[in-house]
Amino acid sequence: MYQTIVFLPLVASLIAGLFGRQIGDRGAQVVTCGALIISAVLSWVAFFQIALAPGDHALNVQVLSWIVSGDFNVNWAFQIDTLTAVMLVVVNTVSCLVHIYSVGYMSHDPHIPRFMSYLSLFTFAMLMLITSNNFVQMFFGWEGVGLASYLLIGFWYKKPSACAAAIKAFVVNRVGDFGFALGIFAIFMTFGSADFSVVFSDVTSYADQSIHFIGMELDLLTTICILLFIGAMGKSAQLGLHTWLPDAMEGPTPVSALIHAATMVTAGVFMVARCSPLFEYAPAALEVVCIIGASTAFFAATVGMSQFDIKRVIAYSTCSQLGYMFFALGVGAYGAAIFHLFTHAFFKALLFLGSGSVIHASSDEQDMRNMGGLRTKIPVTFWMMTIGTLALTGFPFFAGYYSKDMIIEAAYAAHTGVGSYAFGLGVAAALMTSFYSWRLVFMTFFGESRASKEVQDHVHESPQVMLIPLYVLALGAVVAGYVFSGYFIGDHYEDFWAESLFLAGENVMEAAHHVPTWVVASPFIAMVVGFVTAWYFYIKEPSMPGRFVATFRFAHALSFNKWYFDEIYDILFVKSAMKLGYIFWKRGDENIIDRYGPDGVSAAVVRVAEKFKALQTGYLYHYAFAMLIGLSAFVSWFVLGGQ
Amino acid sequence: MNEIFPNLAVAYGEIFLGIGAMALLMIGVFKKDSVNLVSWLSAIFLVVALFLTVAGTGDVTYTFNNMFVADKFTNFMKILVLVAATLAVIMSREFFRLEGDDRFEFPVLMVLSTLGMMVMVSANDLMTLYMGIELQSLALYVLAAFKRDSERSTEAGLKYFVLGALSSGILLYGCSLVYGFIGSTNFSAISMAVSNMGEGGAPVGAIVGLVFVLAGLAFKVSAVPFHMWTPDVYEGSQTPVTAFFAVAPKVAALALLSRTLYVPFGEMSASWGQVVIFMSVASMILGSFAAIMQSNIKRLMAYSSIGHVGFALLGLIAGNAEGLRGVMIYMAIYLVMNVGMFVCIMCMRRKEEGMVEDIKELSGLGRNHPALALAISIFMFSLAGVPPLAGFFAKWYVIIPIVNAGYFTLATIAVLASVVGAYYYIRIVKIMYFDEPVEEFVAQKSFPMKIIATLSAVLVLAFIVPQISSPVLDGATAAAQGLSQK
Repeated sequence: MYQTIVFLPLVASLIAGLFGRQIGDRGAQVVTCGALIISAVLSWVAFFQIALAPGDHALNVQVLSWIVSGDFNVNWAFQIDTLTAVMLVVVNTVSCLVHIYSVGYMSHDPHIPRFMSYLSLFTFAMLMLITSNNFVQMFFGWEGVGLASYLLIGFWYKKPSACAAAIKAFVVNRVGDFGFALGIFAIFMTFGSADFSVVFSDVTSYADQSIHFIGMELDLLTTICILLFIGAMGKSAQLGLHTWLPDAMEGPTPVSALIHAATMVTAGVFMVARCSPLFEYAPAALEVVCIIGASTAFFAATVGMSQFDIKRVIAYSTCSQLGYMFFALGVGAYGAAIFHLFTHAFFKALLFLGSGSVIHASSDEQDMRNMGGLRTKIPVTFWMMTIGTLALTGFPFFAGYYSKDMIIEAAYAAHTGVGSYAFGLGVAAALMTSFYSWRLVFMTFFGESRASKEVQDHVHESPQVMLIPLYVLALGAVVAGYVFSGYFIGDHYEDFWAESLFLAGENVMEAAHHVPTWVVASPFIAMVVGFVTAWYFYIKEPSMPGRFVATFRFAHALSFNKWYFDEIYDILFVKSAMKLGYIFWKRGDENIIDRYGPDGVSAAVVRVAEKFKALQTGYLYHYAFAMLIGLSAFVSWFVLGGQ
Repeated sequence: MNEIFPNLAVAYGEIFLGIGAMALLMIGVFKKDSVNLVSWLSAIFLVVALFLTVAGTGDVTYTFNNMFVADKFTNFMKILVLVAATLAVIMSREFFRLEGDDRFEFPVLMVLSTLGMMVMVSANDLMTLYMGIELQSLALYVLAAFKRDSERSTEAGLKYFVLGALSSGILLYGCSLVYGFIGSTNFSAISMAVSNMGEGGAPVGAIVGLVFVLAGLAFKVSAVPFHMWTPDVYEGSQTPVTAFFAVAPKVAALALLSRTLYVPFGEMSASWGQVVIFMSVASMILGSFAAIMQSNIKRLMAYSSIGHVGFALLGLIAGNAEGLRGVMIYMAIYLVMNVGMFVCIMCMRRKEEGMVEDIKELSGLGRNHPALALAISIFMFSLAGVPPLAGFFAKWYVIIPIVNAGYFTLATIAVLASVVGAYYYIRIVKIMYFDEPVEEFVAQKSFPMKIIATLSAVLVLAFIVPQISSPVLDGATAAAQGLSQK
């Protein structure tokens, strides 16, 4: 069964990709959607068998031997436990819905088989990542999703901005992957194996050991964990390595929903949770995770407030929510982090697909300043987006309410310095989340339409094939929190997670259930304040934003320009790398290597050849002379040298 | 050792060819419009001579007072010579049929020249050596100048003749010196005398004589610095003549050179080694560099042949059976590549202009005549020594012996020279496939030409298959062991 779940998307991808021309658009859609529906259904079966049934049902499934080299053994193998089962459900459900949605969304595209093939390829790589039982296979999946992400962001390869975004995503991810790879090397060096089971069972014997590296004495496990976290930062777009995610919105909207909201960007969260046995023995690394996560949550929320591109708002929102997940991991609330990952997948995919529906309706317009008043024209999309927004902002009894509040409470309950930091920023971010989410809804669906006449006339509700996935996701966004909170973060915690998450000390979520009332209330209050502010700014007093911007010019500029991260990186890395490259190219390559190498040699060859050609005068006596000179030279050589 | 009556069986091939040539001459003179007949008979006679040669036992046999020898080495080399000559006769027949400039003397001269080559290969005496060379050369002088009304052809013939006479003079002078200081012209006798003198004991006069003989032979294989005639003659002569020049005489002269160096003067390898090294290196370098500037394909092939002779000489430097084997394999592969290439050159014909020889005329051949372009590409890559084509193995089998013999610098120079040489070979491929097409050539209608080109290309491609290459490799191994004492 597990082989089917994982490999069916690969088979579908190969069929759609290699034989797309033969089977046609419809064929490619049927094959990939069919494969994904089967995988998704089987994933839910697995989820009930592994996670929800009482007791520990973790499985190890061997598939193939991969690398056998000396002491280094790596297998293709699946480790199926609750964590994997949760991820399977998330990935396959969202992927399946996105596949179906794409049938409608991409219907006017000339390259449908290629698109479907990439989507399925991505799904396969993601499944490899989450089912792996060792670091190497995980890295395979990790790079696989990076590749698929690159291909899909750059799907419209004729658009220069899409190509640039694809390259940016790939390069920024390489930075993170470098850290991840180093982490894996360090793990193999330390533990002599890359298998999770070996590494995690030996971890205690390496606690408090240190390694020497260029004169520094570093704590071994902290170093490993920080390296791994750098990988997670790249993939999950955490502060510093987040710059690629907003640009990745250049890709088709279904891609944004699948890869850049629900699945791939959560790979970092998953990886840290999977490595919880390592992180638990590296408290310093956990503090780093917590600080970075909280900062990202806050930072991305501030940026989200001032953006006008509907997809960028949601992209920054994603970035921010990933920050929540990380600081939850950082305070040891792994269950809460994964729970938020789980609920977030539903409502964020819903928001993305909803915004895709909006974009589809308004003739590929993405700027919210050119929208407005769409509520009556596309009511279904409006309601779906509203449900998504309610869930995202943490409206009571919607999915986000359970997971996000739990994270904020856990941060408080940790009673550590970084925990308080995360709590403070988390509440502030919750306020801003509410503000920008409602701002998005108000700007898009309320007020007067600001679109051009033709676009207005053309506005239409999306076809059923695009709406059905929205219904399913909306259902998840409404009930997922209520139904599963007991398992993920509540009373059934121990039984549900079994061995898949590890805690060295006290369970912080136990404490989180007993925090003061004001702590429990604070995210709700923040949400209400954010909602009221947004309502006031964009419904009650539409001139308010302009005045606000005029008053707080600096703050707005900082937010609107994304804290100048791109500009700073451009100066620090891109420009200087280009300059360095230019020096190597012009001075190093052209002036030295080419000049004395290929160019110089070929010029010399031509000079020699010309001399030789000049020797061939065509005069008989020259020829005879050459023969006699040669002869006498030989004779002299012998007589003088030989004797 | 003197026989009352010489053992003619050893020389049946030569005798048959000699009589055959006379008969052909008679037929040509007395029978009207006999060009076709004479040509095909020539080819048939050459094939018969080939069979007579192959029929020999391969044991070392001397005859005509030890002046003539037959062994596995002579058999191998004669096969090459006769195959090359037969193909050249067929090619020239087809060429002249299309050009419409038929004369029956042409094939007869080729047969006579081939007879000279066979004598050269079997020479075991300075006398036989000279006789073979002259018989070969006289026919070739005429062939070079065969197109009497063409200035270029006449010039080529004249240049070749004057320089050839000079080289004959040098050779003869060398022979007389050797005779004077050693006391014999017979290879076996010289060999014995030299080995009695011991290393370094040979008189200066004998050494000078050897150098002179070497120079005379180097002229025939067109090794630097005795190569100057080659480009002019190759370019000036008619294409079938060049095709003949490029292969058979080279094989015969190299065979003669090998025997002369290995048998009578084998003990003096320390002395002649230096000269051969110089000639080899200079030939490889000049062949590679000078060809770069050429725009005429036949001239380019001339420099190419100079370069290839440099490579073939590498094998002799090793001074052992392994090296000699390399030389023989080299010549066999060189034969196939060159024959094929010259067939292709003969296809460069336009309706109005007739034959064209400029490399630029090949532009866009890949689109106009894909099959021809493919064949030329195969030969060019092979001549450049690109694996897995035959040309690569040719170089391989001469470079390995010298590496084993410790001549690392020499091997490096050889490899570098072949890198430079690759430029002009592959440039032709580039011109054919990447340049804008020019006017098309007339399609080749001759069936034999097509067969020869295809067969050569296939052999070049298939040399890597052991079943194809093993007869050549095994034959060369056996022949080389017979000749080399070491």
